[in-house]
Amino acid sequence: MISLNRIHGLAVLSAASLLLAGCWERPPVDSKQVGYRGTGMVDIKNPRIVGPRIAEQTVPEVIPAAPPEEAPILASQVYENVQVLGDLSVAEFARAMVALTAWVSPEQSCLYCHVEGESMAADTLYTKVVARRMLQMNRDLNTGWTSHVKETGVTCYTCHRGQPVPAEIWFADPGPKTAMGAAGNRFGQNAAAESVALASLPYDPFTPFLLQDQNIRVGSLQALPDGSNPAGTKTAEWTYGLMMHMSDSLGLNCTGCHQSRFFGIWEESTPQRVSAWHGIRMARTLNVEYIEPLTPVFPENRLGPLGDVGKVYCATCHQGLQKPLNGVSMLKDYPEFGKPWREPLPRLVAPETGTEAAAEPVATTAAAQ
Amino acid sequence: MAEYQSIYSRVTVTNPTYPGVPVRTGVYGRQGKPSLVYWFGKIGDAQIGPVYLGWTGILSLLCGFIAIEIIGLNMWASVNWDPVQFVRQLAWLALEPPSAEYGLRIPPLNEGGWWLMAGFFLTASILLWWIRTYRRARQLGLGTHVAWAFAAAIWLYLVLGLIRPVLMGSWSEAVPFGIFPHLDWTAAFSIRYGNLFYNPFHALSIAFLYGSVLLFAMHAGTVLSTVRYGGDREIEQVVDRGTAGERMALFWRWTMGFNANVESIHRWAWWFAVLTPLTGGIGILLTGTVVDNWFLWAVKHGVAPPYPATMPPVVDPSLGVTP
Repeated sequence: MISLNRIHGLAVLSAASLLLAGCWERPPVDSKQVGYRGTGMVDIKNPRIVGPRIAEQTVPEVIPAAPPEEAPILASQVYENVQVLGDLSVAEFARAMVALTAWVSPEQSCLYCHVEGESMAADTLYTKVVARRMLQMNRDLNTGWTSHVKETGVTCYTCHRGQPVPAEIWFADPGPKTAMGAAGNRFGQNAAAESVALASLPYDPFTPFLLQDQNIRVGSLQALPDGSNPAGTKTAEWTYGLMMHMSDSLGLNCTGCHQSRFFGIWEESTPQRVSAWHGIRMARTLNVEYIEPLTPVFPENRLGPLGDVGKVYCATCHQGLQKPLNGVSMLKDYPEFGKPWREPLPRLVAPETGTEAAAEPVATTAAAQ
Repeated sequence: MAEYQSIYSRVTVTNPTYPGVPVRTGVYGRQGKPSLVYWFGKIGDAQIGPVYLGWTGILSLLCGFIAIEIIGLNMWASVNWDPVQFVRQLAWLALEPPSAEYGLRIPPLNEGGWWLMAGFFLTASILLWWIRTYRRARQLGLGTHVAWAFAAAIWLYLVLGLIRPVLMGSWSEAVPFGIFPHLDWTAAFSIRYGNLFYNPFHALSIAFLYGSVLLFAMHAGTVLSTVRYGGDREIEQVVDRGTAGERMALFWRWTMGFNANVESIHRWAWWFAVLTPLTGGIGILLTGTVVDNWFLWAVKHGVAPPYPATMPPVVDPSLGVTP
């Protein structure tokens, strides 16, 4: 009788632990010490999640470069209405067009932007207007934002991966439908949202931080309260939401950027945090300067539930990895996407929408390099 | 002799139901006709009821019901009255406190007013239940140890939802009513106030919490290990030799040199349990009111040690230093 009871007890216990085990990723996970021992600075990766992600990163075959010419005839001299890539030779220009079609609209072909039988110069289709702005953006990114994209750079493919609309974009999120009226206010959170890795944190942390310029920093920089930090616990939830997105879309833990003891302190942060800081400002500038102004250009079916255009965030390029395309630089094979498209290169400045964060200079230094 | 009829003790006692000692005072008597439930006998006493409710019990249940209705209906409204989504998302749903802009004012119902109202009724319910545990103990001629232990938990609850928000001047600093939302709130709280890990009262609370668990396991294990000698039913264990009680004492004396006695072990357990929320509440109360960043406080007072750098130094890029 005793042993039967014990067996029953054990069976119940193991069933319960199996049930719980379904709630998280099964071991083993790879853990790598990245800081001083005992400080919890550990990079934890689940090879069964990261492995397939890395395997998915396929870089298209490089199109042979156009032969160098002594005195090239420029695309702007031959074609009309070439506003961005006019500084390329005709052969280089043709190669760039072939490449970007393969990267963005391989199924739809040239006809995604050009109308058959019409002049190539015509801006009839909205997609062409958008593509031109994206080319400008791409060139500005590679020349003005080396603080984030470094020498690796980006091309159309970094985000598009063979699709006209990148898989990872965000729209302003009105949240799930609530009864509202007299009850049921979600305060923009508590919705098991994918955007914050299924936490109950605010589900649209992108509008305040990656479109508007609201203050992300919530930790105090002095031990005792002196009234200088207006952030409260609720403010921290918004920052936390953005950080969940960053962690999720880069496949990194908090300690990928932050010191484990206090997230706010810069002196003991990892160098990656500086890169991420520039990345936040880069995404904000791209959304404000290049993408948001395209809103009237897009047809209604391309807009989000609140009538806004699809915007970029960390996942747009990173897609689950610390380095997009696992660090492969396509720019070195396509240097034309890394040339300045206008002279002199203007400074990229985010609009002055923020109030609290006015003390933080935004994205002026990187472009001035 | 009937053996191993219950999971936790040797026998299930089945006898005619018993109404309990006479109630000495009080307008209400005990309610309900007692009955026996076989399965309850497996884990405790098989007799269910009668219950003494009294006016504190009735009002406490009423206030508790109102609070849970307000919280539940708000959660349900937040999924547009969809019963399936209510069940599916239940762990994510919450009734949130007002935004910071309202300070300590009373906001409109859907801007946190419901939260204030639910908090009022929940607090009333808990305090009434506390009065009930105190008065029931007194009426039975007992000490009020359970009531004061409960009060320790109520202290932590009041610090989180009432005392600290009032000191901070904003209801927005209080905890939301919700399963995951209150956990996310806890993490956000620690992020905002510089890592609760370095809050010494938080550390004390954890020490008492884990200590309580350890003591509980030691005590329960000790008593259960002598059930075969009748240790669970012994009353003369303090003076008699060779009893289960002496064996319990000898086990610990021989294991670690010192042993509690049958009375003192319960004082140990009571204080460990009570000090857990008591110290925890002090730690929460000081956060934001007296200390704004526990990590920097710990650095200032030599609690958090400096570590050798393992990475290239980093400068806050917002200071305008270009890399």
